[in-house]
Amino acid sequence: MYPEIIRDPRFGELTQADIEYFKSILPESSILQDDQDLSGYNIDSMRKYNGQSRLVLKPRSTEEVSKIMKHCGERKLAVVPQGGNTGLVGGSVPVFDEIVISLSNLNKIRSFDEVSGIIVADAGCILEATDMFLAEHGYIFPLDLGAKGSCHIGGNVATNAGGLRLLRYGSLHGSVLGVEAVMADGTIVNGLGKLRKDNTGYDIKQLLIGSEGTLGVITGVSVLCPKRSKVMNVAFFGLDSYEKVQKAFVKAKSDLGEILSAFEFMDRESQDQVAQFSELRRPLDEQHNFYVLVETSGSNRSHDEEKLQEYLEGLMEAEIIDDGVLAQDETQMKNIWTWREGIPESLARTGGVYKYDVSIPLEDLYLMVEDCRAKLVEKGYEIGTEESNIVNVVGYGHLGDGNLHLNVAVKSYSKDVEHALEPWVYEWIQKRQGSISAEHGLGFAKRPYLKYSKDQSMINLMKQVKNVYDPDGIMNPYKYI
Amino acid sequence: MPPRLNIIVPVKRVIDYAIKPRVNSAKNIVETNGVKFSLNPFCEIAVEEAIRLRESKKDLVESITLVSAGSAKAQDALRSGLAMGADKATLIECPGIDDAKSLSLEPLAVAKLLKAYIDKEGANLVILGKQAIDDDSNQTGQMLAGLLNWPQATNASNVAVDDDGIVSVTREVDGGSETLSAPLPIVITTDLRLNVPRYTKLQDIMKAKKKKTDKLTPSDLGVDIAPRLEVVSLSDPPKRLGGSKVDSVDSLISKLKDVGAI
Ligand SMILES: Cc1cc2nc3c(=O)[nH]c(=O)nc-3n(C[C@H](O)[C@H](O)[C@H](O)COP(=O)(O)OP(=O)(O)OC[C@H]3O[C@@H](n4cnc5c(N)ncnc54)[C@H](O)[C@@H]3O)c2cc1C
Repeated sequence: MYPEIIRDPRFGELTQADIEYFKSILPESSILQDDQDLSGYNIDSMRKYNGQSRLVLKPRSTEEVSKIMKHCGERKLAVVPQGGNTGLVGGSVPVFDEIVISLSNLNKIRSFDEVSGIIVADAGCILEATDMFLAEHGYIFPLDLGAKGSCHIGGNVATNAGGLRLLRYGSLHGSVLGVEAVMADGTIVNGLGKLRKDNTGYDIKQLLIGSEGTLGVITGVSVLCPKRSKVMNVAFFGLDSYEKVQKAFVKAKSDLGEILSAFEFMDRESQDQVAQFSELRRPLDEQHNFYVLVETSGSNRSHDEEKLQEYLEGLMEAEIIDDGVLAQDETQMKNIWTWREGIPESLARTGGVYKYDVSIPLEDLYLMVEDCRAKLVEKGYEIGTEESNIVNVVGYGHLGDGNLHLNVAVKSYSKDVEHALEPWVYEWIQKRQGSISAEHGLGFAKRPYLKYSKDQSMINLMKQVKNVYDPDGIMNPYKYI
Repeated sequence: MPPRLNIIVPVKRVIDYAIKPRVNSAKNIVETNGVKFSLNPFCEIAVEEAIRLRESKKDLVESITLVSAGSAKAQDALRSGLAMGADKATLIECPGIDDAKSLSLEPLAVAKLLKAYIDKEGANLVILGKQAIDDDSNQTGQMLAGLLNWPQATNASNVAVDDDGIVSVTREVDGGSETLSAPLPIVITTDLRLNVPRYTKLQDIMKAKKKKTDKLTPSDLGVDIAPRLEVVSLSDPPKRLGGSKVDSVDSLISKLKDVGAI
């Protein structure tokens, strides 16, 4: 599958004796070995990365994870922790024959405190189910993203996912209060703190947040959840230049202030793509070069509506926006969000997508998409014609966080297109001191490009950390660093 | 040239479609405190259809007037419809009706109010939702047609007006569709598949603020709205019981037999 890398000879090979051992500690239903059963765990959700694992283990408790890891540690068997397998950088599937440790059977909510809003839950709880549980109590999970119906909260913490409301609720580095994990030798680290403030020593959990399964298996998390807003509003508008998108953002910060909860931007190309594959009505019938979705979340309906109206009217008067709509009910609100979240899915329908999830200083953010199109044309590629492999080059993302998703949709993956894009994209980002991975992580896909965002001294420190916690390198090998 | 259409679209403000209604502990009203209300989805389709008729042919539509009966808050429904593109609106403010007691404004009372309003103001086409999603009565349109003694076409999935002012309405019926036609005036009630309502434009929301809303009361129209029905009790639908997983087809069949499903 990957001719450029070889299986690490230090790792043990799975034997019948290993299987027998796992059978002695796990019920039969937690051990998968049939090709058919394995395939869903070997292939990632984009169908881009395909491993050859012969074994999937589905422990039901932290103790079971610990026994598995103790054995794997002793036998130097490499493992891949896997959550909902929705990751976008090939980190969640094996490269060779690593054992997949799926957390999907570890899915109970352990406790919830109505006063503090702190939830303690197993890593394998599905994000959407957790959020629905919280909704019943008037709270909200501080993270929301398109894959919410499948991804695990443990997976979210392992990738330090950003998502649609980071602008409002901040990064998981702030809202995760504690992590319980099983390390490479089977040690259970009980770090399920429930304290907002705790300055007693190195904050080790921060290393696990965003470690993508390379330091340990996260088995439980404790998360500080905010109150769910009683009143939400969604507006969607069209603008004719990226400059105006920035103006609308600055104005949103000043006019909407504390009730602003999302500011998402999309280019025309991305909208045409959704229109082609979605049954939903376009929020705006007329064409614009850019579109923005603004969401507010607050506690007082008339106060929020007045603010939003004033903001929108101000934008129209200043001729920053050309046209816009305001969702009149919950259904319209949901439909507009579905429309925004439909972008990645509609791109995937073309065959394959080269995804670049980058942080760039705001003023240059969209320049990257334009430069990318120009670069491809310069290299002799056509975009979006009947014969061309490249179907579309689109830009969208969480503008409020300086986060652009540059997506190049192709009919089929080709080394040719890949070499036209890389390392050009990464060099472009490096020049502007951006990040080559704003929220999707490094995984298998971005590992070779880490140097474009981090200097050697930093990379050396990271390697030291990895060696301390996983000296044999069995945790999610061939990835991250 | 067909006669120009003067369309009345009666609209209702209801608990938002996406919100799960809850019955209060006394089991006599649906909780409305802090709950989001919106324009009834079938009414939204009715407003959209009126606007599409206007867009379909120049000069076909002379006026689109919204009418809502209820508490002062019914203004919200009128404002939504005006922002979608209706020309003007009338609020029939009913004393004693509020969010919690909205069910006591019964379909017959509403139909009488609308009849009196149309007698007074004139109209040759009424388009309204086939039902409101709060009480699901599906009666107002039919009662209104009866009181006005106009033809009616219910559950419309398509509406067309020809040059002679003949209205053709397609309705979905068991096993296919049926098309009715009748001359104006007529009452049409809308089904879900008639159209997909547009999003409301910002410009139109701003313009709607300047549009006129008249106010009337039931006594202005000489209608008695006292309820004739008594709500004996309300209850939530039974809770869904959790499912369980079976590990083979055989055990599925035996489970189904146990509960007498097969
Ligand atoms: C449609 C779509 C939209 C998305 N939108 C966003 C977005 O807006 N913002 C964003 O940040 N991301 C987004 N993502 C990607 C995001 O990173 C993942 O969806 C999610 O955070 C991963 O969770 P998961 O449970 O699926 O983890 P997986 O995909 O299973 O795993 C991801 C990585 O985490 C590791 N891992 C998983 N669980 C554990 C665990 N319990 N312990 C240790 N390591 C673990 C895996 O080894 C792997 O390296 C999106 C993905 C999709 C498909």
